[in-house]
Amino acid sequence: MFNNLMSVDLIASLYLLSGVFFIIGIRGLSSPETARAGNYLSMSGMALAFIVTILNLEDNSLVNLILIIAGISIGGTIGTILSKRVAMTDMPQMVAALNSMGGLSAVLVAWAAFLSPAAFGLMTGGYIKASSMVEMLLGILVGAVTFSGSVVAFLKLQGLMKSAPIILPFRHVLSIGILSAILFCSYLILAGSEIDQLLFLIISILSLALGLLLIIPIGGADMPVVIAVLNSYSGFAAAIIGFTLSNLALVITGALVGSSGAILSYIMCTAMNRSFFSVIMGGFGDEVGGSSDAKETRPVKIGSADDAAFILKNASSVIIVPGYGMAVARAQNSLKEMVDKLKEMGIKVTYAIHPVAGRMPGHMNVLLAEADVPYDDIFELSEINSDFAQADVAFVIGANDVTNPAAKSDPQSPIFGMPILEVENAKTVLFVKRSLGIGYAGIGNDLFYRENTMMLLDDAKKMSEDISSSI
Amino acid sequence: MDISPLVYYGSIFVLAIFIGYYVVWSVTPALHTPLMSVTNAISAVIIVGAIVAMGTESTGVSGVISKIVSFFALIFASINIFGGFLVTQRMLEMYKKKVKKDV
Repeated sequence: MFNNLMSVDLIASLYLLSGVFFIIGIRGLSSPETARAGNYLSMSGMALAFIVTILNLEDNSLVNLILIIAGISIGGTIGTILSKRVAMTDMPQMVAALNSMGGLSAVLVAWAAFLSPAAFGLMTGGYIKASSMVEMLLGILVGAVTFSGSVVAFLKLQGLMKSAPIILPFRHVLSIGILSAILFCSYLILAGSEIDQLLFLIISILSLALGLLLIIPIGGADMPVVIAVLNSYSGFAAAIIGFTLSNLALVITGALVGSSGAILSYIMCTAMNRSFFSVIMGGFGDEVGGSSDAKETRPVKIGSADDAAFILKNASSVIIVPGYGMAVARAQNSLKEMVDKLKEMGIKVTYAIHPVAGRMPGHMNVLLAEADVPYDDIFELSEINSDFAQADVAFVIGANDVTNPAAKSDPQSPIFGMPILEVENAKTVLFVKRSLGIGYAGIGNDLFYRENTMMLLDDAKKMSEDISSSI
Repeated sequence: MDISPLVYYGSIFVLAIFIGYYVVWSVTPALHTPLMSVTNAISAVIIVGAIVAMGTESTGVSGVISKIVSFFALIFASINIFGGFLVTQRMLEMYKKKVKKDV
């Protein structure tokens, strides 16, 4: 229908332009005021890349164009429905699910290129160029690990699979074995094996298995890191395919996304005082046995909603510490109502958010934004930690490990050294929790037994509602 | 003498990583979730690979399989793109409400 509309140079320049759009788009996220404009810009970048590609197809027969539009319509409809339906609480699962799509399409594009290499200009003297072959194999490996890893992360976050780490015997040996097998098959392909398609398939399957094996042993508490790492992988998979297809948009975007995910993983690791390596090796949270076996005999002060309402009413400053439990109970709206009542009484209420609160970076901020909590009331760990000493009440709702003083005082504790919100310094600590059980990291919290702590044992949503009504 | 494509694209890749590094550090922690969903969406720019693969004049059995495979790649990448951008948009709308109120 239209032929060779653009020169190769023009095409490359337009892809570069869409890369620039993505960069400025991400940059827009530096403040909520510019974020939406940034998102539109990123969308335009994507639209530009799409239009450029479609205008320069080799085979632009009507049938082909219809097929392409059909594919995009199917995917677009599914994506749109997903994005409208998902609850903000479930955002980590959503990101994991979308990530798996990206990983899978990287694998499929690598396969498509492998099956018709001539069409992509990958041939030299009747064979696929060695450099292109290496790129496709890497693309398969990273894409497949992203895909199967994201699927496991999704299943764990969605609760379809136990979120506790699943430790297989000899898992490290197994991983190394699989990796060696992948390398061996790759070597055979590069050496010009006749059965290269079969080998390519074997490599794909092994890579999928590797992704499973990598994520299965990682526990719920480490999910923020996992999500960020997989995000990073999906970027690098795209970049590698970009090398194969000599496509600037893919290379630039892949690098951006790759470094974004890597930085987020780094931030999450720092916030947990864990090395990146130890997270990836997995197994965190399986040491439940030891310390919690001893029957707890210390007295615990348990309060009712009325007691809590009384304490809150008589406070002059309150700091709210939300955590994943608030998300699970979908308590953000009732919490906001409670806070509004307190604010009407002239009480100063702020929110303190730990970087790893929730199951992905920034998760709590989104939930509070959903409940319409003003942006200026929300503070990061470093901004607010010194304020606890002046606060009358620290209201911990659904958080646990991020307030555990053992992180500062007990070198034996698995979370020792992790920066915590120092709620213990507040005059009174109100701790909303369903039971006196241990946290995700499998560690008991000393705070429950402190003189100035009152435990409010109930569902986070119900407790906030009850407190609201008795204020 | 021309430089090889690998070095050419490699240079761009390395520089883009540096750009990504500085740009992402400038993102406010409050927007880290939208950052993840939007980077997620743009990494699905791999859709151009799928479209190119769909639009090649390929022949033979492997050519047909290649087209089928890329058709599925196209669907999955579209889910990622639409889902990612729209969910980001939804989240950012919630931040807008408040910014207005505060003014």
